[in-house]
Amino acid sequence: MRREAPQKLTDYAPLAFPAGMLIVFFVVPFATMIAVSFFRRDPAGFYSPDFVFDNYARFLSLFFGKVLGFSLFLAVAVAICCVVIALPFTYLLSRTKRRTQVLWLVALLSVLSLSEVIIGFAWSTLFSRTAGITNLLVMLGIMSEPIALNPSFGAVLTAMVYQALPYTVLVLYPALVRLDPTLTEAARTLGASPLKAFFTVVVPALRNTVVATLIMVFIFALGSYLLPQILGRPQHWTLSVLITDQAIYQSNMPFAAAMAVFLVLVTLGLVALTVYAGRKGEAA
Amino acid sequence: MSGLTLQNVTKQFGTFTAVRNVALTVPHGTFVCLLGPSGCGKTTLMRMVAGLDLPTEGEIRLDDKDITNVPTHKRDLGMVFQSLALFPHLTVGENIAYSLRIRGAGKDEQKKRVDELLSMIHLSGYADRPVAKLSGGQRQRVAIARALAISPKLFLLDEPLSALDAKLREAMQVELRQLQQRLGITTIVVTHDQREAMTMADTVVVMNGGEIRQAAPPVDIYRRPADTFVADFIGMTNLLDFKADGTGATVLGASIPGLVVPNGLASGIVSVRPEDVHLTVPGNAPITGTVIFIRDLGGTIETFVEAAGKQIVAVSVPNARPDVAVGQSVGIALDPADCVVLKS
Repeated sequence: MRREAPQKLTDYAPLAFPAGMLIVFFVVPFATMIAVSFFRRDPAGFYSPDFVFDNYARFLSLFFGKVLGFSLFLAVAVAICCVVIALPFTYLLSRTKRRTQVLWLVALLSVLSLSEVIIGFAWSTLFSRTAGITNLLVMLGIMSEPIALNPSFGAVLTAMVYQALPYTVLVLYPALVRLDPTLTEAARTLGASPLKAFFTVVVPALRNTVVATLIMVFIFALGSYLLPQILGRPQHWTLSVLITDQAIYQSNMPFAAAMAVFLVLVTLGLVALTVYAGRKGEAA
Repeated sequence: MSGLTLQNVTKQFGTFTAVRNVALTVPHGTFVCLLGPSGCGKTTLMRMVAGLDLPTEGEIRLDDKDITNVPTHKRDLGMVFQSLALFPHLTVGENIAYSLRIRGAGKDEQKKRVDELLSMIHLSGYADRPVAKLSGGQRQRVAIARALAISPKLFLLDEPLSALDAKLREAMQVELRQLQQRLGITTIVVTHDQREAMTMADTVVVMNGGEIRQAAPPVDIYRRPADTFVADFIGMTNLLDFKADGTGATVLGASIPGLVVPNGLASGIVSVRPEDVHLTVPGNAPITGTVIFIRDLGGTIETFVEAAGKQIVAVSVPNARPDVAVGQSVGIALDPADCVVLKS
């Protein structure tokens, strides 16, 4: 089917609704936030309109740099863990019977219905000394006495991976179902073991999907602010936690806005870099 | 004996038997076509040879070694899939070099072999192109080259030419056969196209309902079909009921003396190829019929005649065009030597 470019102004009409929604619910709030980030904080009340760089200047410190670095590191770790777990899982799932696939997908979707708070407290119970999974290991004789696994980086990472995994599977699933199964069979006839076939054919053939999924989980994980607080120590707090803290508990809207804008810029930069690297790799 | 041997190979999917008790010997260096209608088990049989499916029962031996349970990647074979299954993320050269890379061959060795294969398939200089940029025929050739990169013991092709248009398909059939003869490689092709099978194969294996109906050289399959299914499936034929009489058999109410009927067979079916049906002046032949339709294809003329309630087709070349018209009465002469007697 050949698509014609829109000719008249009325041809653009179908775009009006999404454009309107984007403007009202994204452009306006985001513009407001950018504006607020240059305002001056009023210690007595809220903030007053101004044009100062104080908020950004305050952000450029070692402390916030470390927090930003940790946030990005955590999000990257979550993204990589999710894809590393979800890719083989979804691949095997896509090769099973239809019934099995539906059951698994329903189970994964039900995880999505859990709120971040419930996930956080459920894992904090599971990682606790009194009622946690270490008790099971003690029962099995693997450990001598139960220990608390949280607060720790591992606990934060586990819970965040748990939360993001269903999304990862759901994004990878259509691509894997569409992948021609004869590709792996061809690889096997050409001398590749099933494992080798997976890494030399399935993964590279899905390169673009994998990159897109990594970016999606990365951004999803950047916004997490409850799990690091429930399961981590203060050094495991992400920038999102600090933004919430500044905005809600310190009533410092301008500074929170500045941090948020900075986070968005850094994120966009990283995503652009990934896409650019992907393009370049493809051309080579 | 070197070559491929299948012994009592059976494959069941649940309660469905896809391949039933197949025994087949493919001597080293021969070209075998598995031919049959869709669902006859020919692809399943090939997948078992490739190790992509495991037989429920039976044994597969290659060069005197039992490979029934050897995993696919250790069988040293080359296979061309119906969908070709070229790796979309690799270039033409990388696709062809895949099996060498997997086996840890050096870069120089890979390049040398790729160049060799590309010149063999007349695509020299295409190594760095992405496979998506190739035409159907070129992709076909790349898939063949990729399967042949390691000089496999066994070359398997599953409906390899079905995606090509008719002209290109005929050309590729000839090319494939010449390539196979030059390399002397044991080759098995699955196809539902009998012209393809007749063009390429040393041995045609006709399958139906999961069983082998006949395995023989193409000419034998055509001239001496083993049963009515083979006779009907390969080319056009007239299947006529017969009853044995003292001197021969009665076909279409007329006696054909000299038709040799095996002992104990009172009745059955004779298969007569359309080109063996001779039309003459009525009264000059034992059988008389009426012309009901003439299909003049230029190269051949098919004359449809109704005799004793049966429709018979006669094929003749333009030089021997029968002087008949629709509605006219004609005599039908059958040479006993051209009639193949089959059980009904």
